[in-house]
Amino acid sequence: MSTTSLKASTDRGRAGDKIFSGVSLTAGVLILAVLFSVAVFLLVQAAPTFSADPTEVTGGNGFSAYILPIVVGTVVAATIALLIATPVGIAVALFISHYAPRRLARAFGYVIDLLAAIPSVIYGAWGYIVLAPQMAKAYAWLAENLGWLPIFAGPASQTGKTMLTAGVVLAVMVIPIITSLSREIFLQTPTLHEEAALAMGATRWEMVRMAVLPFARPGIISAAMLGLGRALGETMAVALVLSPGALGASLIKTGNQTIAAEIALNFPEAFGLRLNELIAAGLVLFVITLIVNMIARFIITRHKEFSGAN
Amino acid sequence: MAANQTLQRRQSQLTRGHLPSYAVWVVLGASVILGAAIASLIGFTVVGWAIISAIVFVVAATIVTAVAEGERKAKDRLVTFLVYGAFLVALLPLISVIWTVLERGVPGLSYNFLFTSMNGLTGAVDNQAVENGTPVLGGAYHAVLGTLQITLWATLISVPIGLLTAVYLVEYGSGKNLTKAITFFVDVMTGIPSIVAGLFAAALFALLFGPGTRTGFVAAVALSVLMIPVVVRSTEEMLKIVPNELREASYALGVRKWRTITKVVIPTAISGIASGVTLSIARVIGETAPILVTAGFASSINTNVFSGWMSTLPTFIYYQILTPTSPTSPDPSTQRAWAAALLLILMVMLLNLGARFVASFFAPKTSR
Repeated sequence: MSTTSLKASTDRGRAGDKIFSGVSLTAGVLILAVLFSVAVFLLVQAAPTFSADPTEVTGGNGFSAYILPIVVGTVVAATIALLIATPVGIAVALFISHYAPRRLARAFGYVIDLLAAIPSVIYGAWGYIVLAPQMAKAYAWLAENLGWLPIFAGPASQTGKTMLTAGVVLAVMVIPIITSLSREIFLQTPTLHEEAALAMGATRWEMVRMAVLPFARPGIISAAMLGLGRALGETMAVALVLSPGALGASLIKTGNQTIAAEIALNFPEAFGLRLNELIAAGLVLFVITLIVNMIARFIITRHKEFSGAN
Repeated sequence: MAANQTLQRRQSQLTRGHLPSYAVWVVLGASVILGAAIASLIGFTVVGWAIISAIVFVVAATIVTAVAEGERKAKDRLVTFLVYGAFLVALLPLISVIWTVLERGVPGLSYNFLFTSMNGLTGAVDNQAVENGTPVLGGAYHAVLGTLQITLWATLISVPIGLLTAVYLVEYGSGKNLTKAITFFVDVMTGIPSIVAGLFAAALFALLFGPGTRTGFVAAVALSVLMIPVVVRSTEEMLKIVPNELREASYALGVRKWRTITKVVIPTAISGIASGVTLSIARVIGETAPILVTAGFASSINTNVFSGWMSTLPTFIYYQILTPTSPTSPDPSTQRAWAAALLLILMVMLLNLGARFVASFFAPKTSR
């Protein structure tokens, strides 16, 4: 009696084992399938654009003439964001890991994480209503005094809804990403290296420069790359903050456009070929961010293998 | 007596070439006064005053240190100021955003706003409210319902897939090539732009059910593409820190692997898993772009995720700001947008706090 019940339970257990491992394997494979199908479905839906008559595509000069200006716009916006966010993000990470009073450092870390928790549409609304009018004043000054530089060529936008404002809003959104990733790396610096530097009479900055920063360099690079990926794909902030227009060198005039904002602004009303065109634009964005993210992840994984961190 | 003298001499040698600790405050006070003077020369504003004072202070303190203590100390001090300054600069937008949302959102957050939709609300109604000074009508009830439904469906799709994948990665697949591939691509998936996830769901359903299919469920699929990698990563981390002794003890008692996982490993890690899931919900609840391209926009209540367009709080904010209900008097729309923004921030903050609470409250009891 007891033997049979034991045997029965053993059989059931074996079946359960097989089912459970099978189900979890399926889930893992499903994720790979999803990522693969993202690429495939986008490709299928985008295909009509590439074979379409060039005159039918928006702008009338074929897809590449349509996509190129907004690719450049996307890269410019992300570059502005990164130029601002990387130094600030790294400095904030240093502040939390090495400069702030120990007891407050955790709390400061939470505060910076709050920045990351605020939804992007709220940053967009803030940029649209609060930041842009403030920036407009600065742009008037820039156009007057630095107008000979192509990027500050006037006349400045009256509303402040320009590329530079969009870049600043993007920077605010990227800072917490760069900060939280580089903070993790800074905290992993071998304490012995830091103490050795201090014992040799180094000041705190010399210790940071000689022990912390060289150790963290790959981490900082990949943090910046991940921030770049975020800035490239960010939609709402740009859609709300930028008044789109043709590609131009001046960052303080109305104009320029990014891929993500172009899709968000036009997709709800699009139909027919326009729909395929926007999906094709999405595919281009997908490929760009995929490459950036893969490089970043590659640097992180390689770094992990060589560092003594784990 | 002689010993005392050497002691004194040694002390003065140690402190020689050091600024007294009050020197920084003296320089700060002087810079603030000088900043006020310069600012009033070129037109006084509080912001201008603060910026000029800060620049004067950093430059002056660095020069004073360089003269009194030497170049290395000056460089150290300069970097310290810059690092502190960067933190303050990073705080500015956070304070500004939260202040703006509170200031403009609180007046609009009424019972009426929470429990009515925008159904039948035209620009004329808004114009009348502005002319007569009556309270703004219309609200975000439909958007709140849409947000909750779409997020719920996204959670229902993502949590099982994410959880099981993490179980595979930690319990079954360690060291296999498939595991490495999944880990790598999950990381890559974290970086998919949210609008591309939306386009994917739109393209998928366009192929299956014809172009232009926009429902709440399509949006839920788009959100789960964004949510799954977050769930996988956090669950994986949590399962990894479950002590191996627990698994071995269970195997030693003759318990099957799947029973060990469901009865020992997952219950031990459940607090971390739950907090990770809560954080992932907080991440997707504020997503706007994927909803725009998958669920369209509605002004009335829709309780069926499988048919009809649907509105969520983020898209509600977006449309109220970009295309006000009444183009001639956009104020009521702006007020509704900020009230919705406040509601959304409250939701996200509650979820974040909830995650921390869950993580600490349900943490497994360790020996310490």
